[in-house]
Parts: sequence; C-alpha cells; structure tokens
Amino acid sequence: MKIIVAIKQVPERDAQVRVDAAAKWIEASDLQYALNESDAYALEEALQLKEKHGGEVIVVTAGPERVGQTIREALAKGADRGIHIDCDDLESRDALGVARLLAAAVKPENADLLLTGLQSEDLGQGQTGVILAELLGLPHASLILHVEKTDSGLTVKRELEEGWFQTIELPTPAVLTIQSGGNKLRYATLMGIKRAKTKEVRRATAAELAVDAAPVVLLERVSLPQKQKSTQILPGTPKEAAAALVEKLKFEVRVL
Amino acid sequence: MSGILVVQEAGRNRISFEALAAGRVLADLTGLPLETAAVGDPNSNVFVETSGPPPAAAYAVQHPLLESYTSDGYVLAFEQLIRKLEPSYIVFPHTYQSRDYVPRLATRFGQVLIGDITGIEPGPTFVRQLFQGKMNGSYRHQGDGPCFLSIQAGAFRADAPQPGTFTIQPFEPEIPASAIRTKPGAPFRGSAQTVDLGSAQLIVSVGRGIKDADNLPMVQNLATALGAELAASRPICDNGWLPMERQVGSSGQTVAPRLYLAIGISGAIQHLVGMKSSQCIVAINKDPDAPIFEVADYGIVGDLFEVVPALTEAVKAAKQ
Repeated sequence: MKIIVAIKQVPERDAQVRVDAAAKWIEASDLQYALNESDAYALEEALQLKEKHGGEVIVVTAGPERVGQTIREALAKGADRGIHIDCDDLESRDALGVARLLAAAVKPENADLLLTGLQSEDLGQGQTGVILAELLGLPHASLILHVEKTDSGLTVKRELEEGWFQTIELPTPAVLTIQSGGNKLRYATLMGIKRAKTKEVRRATAAELAVDAAPVVLLERVSLPQKQKSTQILPGTPKEAAAALVEKLKFEVRVL
Repeated sequence: MSGILVVQEAGRNRISFEALAAGRVLADLTGLPLETAAVGDPNSNVFVETSGPPPAAAYAVQHPLLESYTSDGYVLAFEQLIRKLEPSYIVFPHTYQSRDYVPRLATRFGQVLIGDITGIEPGPTFVRQLFQGKMNGSYRHQGDGPCFLSIQAGAFRADAPQPGTFTIQPFEPEIPASAIRTKPGAPFRGSAQTVDLGSAQLIVSVGRGIKDADNLPMVQNLATALGAELAASRPICDNGWLPMERQVGSSGQTVAPRLYLAIGISGAIQHLVGMKSSQCIVAINKDPDAPIFEVADYGIVGDLFEVVPALTEAVKAAKQ
C-alpha cells in the first residue's frame, strides 16, 4: 500500500498567540511550532497500515523552511520519505489554494490512500482532505477513527455526533480525514531519528507546481474575541481563591 | 445570481433554524430574497415545523439514492440545485454532515466554504474562530461565484418554531447509481452508556492541563468532595485516561448541570458546545486568555496542581 499523509506544522498548543501590528495575522516571531495533532493520528494510522500490509508512507506539507523540522519528525517516527512544498505565503492562500498545491505535488505518486488530519489547530477549517479528494477525483470519508483494508478497498469507522458511529465501505484509491483518538501515538526512537537524516525529502515550489494563487476567500482581519459573559476572577493565593470560590458556591450558586 | 439559499438538515431542526436566522441577517444586509431547501420528503418536519417568516421558495430535494447520506450523492444533488437557482449565498448548518460534503461541493464551483461562522457583519464580512477560539478571523468573499457559508451551532438565535404554511416544490436531481462510490452503514452507539452526565447536577470536568493520568485522582477527590460526576474534554478520553462515555462536547455528551467546574480545559468550541448551557460555569486555568474564561461565571487563574487540592480542602471544611 502506498500511503500519502498530508501534515501541517502549527503553533504549539500552549503558545501565547498575539495579533500582529497589521491585524492581518499573528505575531510570528518567537513562536514554537509542532505537528498538528490530528495529523499525528493520520500519520500513526498510515504507519500501522504499512506495518500490517507493507508498502510506503510519504508525508507531504507546504510551508516555509521551518516546516522541514516537522517532516524530519515524521520521518523519524517511520515515514519513508517526504515532499516539502516550499512557500512563504501560506496565510494568503485559501483552503482551495493550499489543496491545489498538495494535489499537484502528490498526483504523480498515484498513491492507494491519502490521509490528513481532520482539521488544523490554527485555522481549523477542516477542509483540506475533502477538497483534495475532489481535486484528485477520488472518493473520501471524513472523521475516521479506524481503517481496515479489505479485498475490494477499505472499511472505515466514522465518528458521528453525540457518541454515534458508522461504518463506511469505499474503494481505493481514496482520501480519508482522520479524527484524533483512534490509535495510540508513537514516539520517535533514537534509531528512527538517526535514520531520518538519510531519508529523501523532495522539494518543490509553488511555481514549479504551476498552481494559481488567486484566492476567492480572504482573511481580512484577526482580532481578539469579545467575552460572552463577564467572568468574575477570584484573586489571591490558591488557598484564598479556593476559599472565595467555596463562598460563591455556598451562597450564590447554592450547590454546597 | 438571485438570492440566499439556506440548506436545512432534516432531523437537525434547531441548527437548521439557526442557519435560517443567519440567512435572514444576510437577507437584511443584501436585500436578497431567502429560499430554503432540504433533502427529503416535503412532509419532513424541517418544513412542516418551520421558523420565522415564510421563505420566498422552498425545495424538497428528493431521490431514492439520497435516503442514506453519502457525500457523492449530496454533492451531485446540490450542484444541480445551485446551477438551477444560481443563488449568491448558500448557507448550511455546520454539522458533521455538512463538513463532510460542502467543501467538495464548493470546490466544484471553484469556491471555498467559509465554515463554522459565528457572525455576519456589514460588507458582508464573516467572522469565524481561529486558534481553537483564542482569536477571531474576519473573512470576505471575492469574485462572482456563489459564496458558501456554514453556521456554528448556537451562534444565531432561531425564531420559535411554528407550522409552515408555504408551498414546497419538489426538486428531483439526476443521480446515476454509479456516481455513489461509498457504501454507508447504519449508525450505531459506541459503548454502552452507563454514565448519564446529562442528568448530573454537579460536574467536575478535567482537560489537557492535568498533564498525566497519574494526576487524575486529585481531580476525582474534588469531585467526590463536591458529590459531583467526573467528566473530561476529548484529549483525556483520546489518551484512554477516562472512558469515552465521560466525554463532554460535540462528539461526546451535552450537559447543562447547575455547576460545571472546568479544570485545565482551554475551551475549544468542540468542548464549549457540550457545556455552555450550564447554569454556573467555573474555570480553573493557568492561561488568563484561555477561551473557557469567555463563558465562565467565575474563574481562578493559577496552577491547577495548587488550586485543586486547596479547593478540595475548602469544600470538605464547608461541608462539615
């Protein structure tokens, strides 16, 4: 099975994000980055499928120089090679623009399966995988927790709302977007980190991929959200704050 | 280009009516007429029981191959309806179903869905959340094509449901059986639900901030002292630290207890939709900018490993 995993590097979950001076994006200096969480689950699913059925796992991502680090981490966990689409203007491309870059880069690979995480932790659009399927003319299923290879294709477990699930059968090649929690994530081993250094990472530029960059949807402004409620912050040491909260729970919320 | 088409989801009436309400906001801003459509029978309750003033037109999209949801079937059906009506805006409720097929449908028109929006402002510009709710982004659509939007649950206030008294036109798309490539199975429940968080009066809920499964007893002690049920946000259940049935949020249970005490939960929208109707929300978090503080009544900004034990002691003392 030849499996491609589209991954994204995003600001670390605990990062203190601030609006930049132009209010167009966030302040990018001294941000720490990490692999998007549901993409980590997509990679894990791909690695497990390869261990069961053989084949190759290729990771692909778009972004500036720094995303090379995330590719190396995926290679260290067990991916066989990487594709880095070099572009410094990711923020100005809409979801279709980014998916077009990915589609152009992976099309020549003729993979059996394409996986992505369900959604990114920064923009949270949750569209890349589904658009990719349309651009490549492939069937897709989204919010997938479990993938099983069958004689005719795949059987997948899809998450529905409020604790419900559904099984879907689909032929390959196909695109799946992976929900977090389906597998236990692995860590890179020391050997894996060593090996990653010698694995192939192919670079491609947006110009080489001949992808039109004109977006139909523009992110015009980034701002801090307004509070829906006025939160009463209880100050003081942990002990003082705890005592103040117990007072509130007793006399105002009346649950004690 | 003529109007605003609101695509409702049968069986998901509440959020469908909220999408209708969002469509009306857009109609007021643009002066365009409002039309609605839904897959299913004209007698489907999403039409029979409607919300607000009657739409200019309503379409029941019908085909035997649409009886079970598939993205291929829905994309084909709505592609044909949109080509016929040529709306300027198409508004969907943001559900697991719409996020499965609408990005694909929009791509077919060379368009991009502006998904999960929480507000519509003059322009029009569309507001949606970024960075798990830590920021808002204002988006604008440009060019001549139709603009695809989906509406976050709870973001727009639906009018009270009332009997629908307008004419519903059937729309029968052409769908060859060979166009449906996926075979969906019937929905099933995950595990046996032995914990009914929905009826709990007091809930102590724990998130990623707890860092390790070994730290859970500290939170359990607080729950026990309060007489509360223990619940969690998704990452805790993903890691297998607590069973899935204790998960609160869009993929878990929806709760509205008298007290919801959120410990180390940042408050991503997927969690907030499951608990924001709680009567009193208390948040303990080290990050003063965490989105959970946007819905909390009371907050303690601090290290949960210090605050929780102190709170447990204070609760025990108060109960003696």
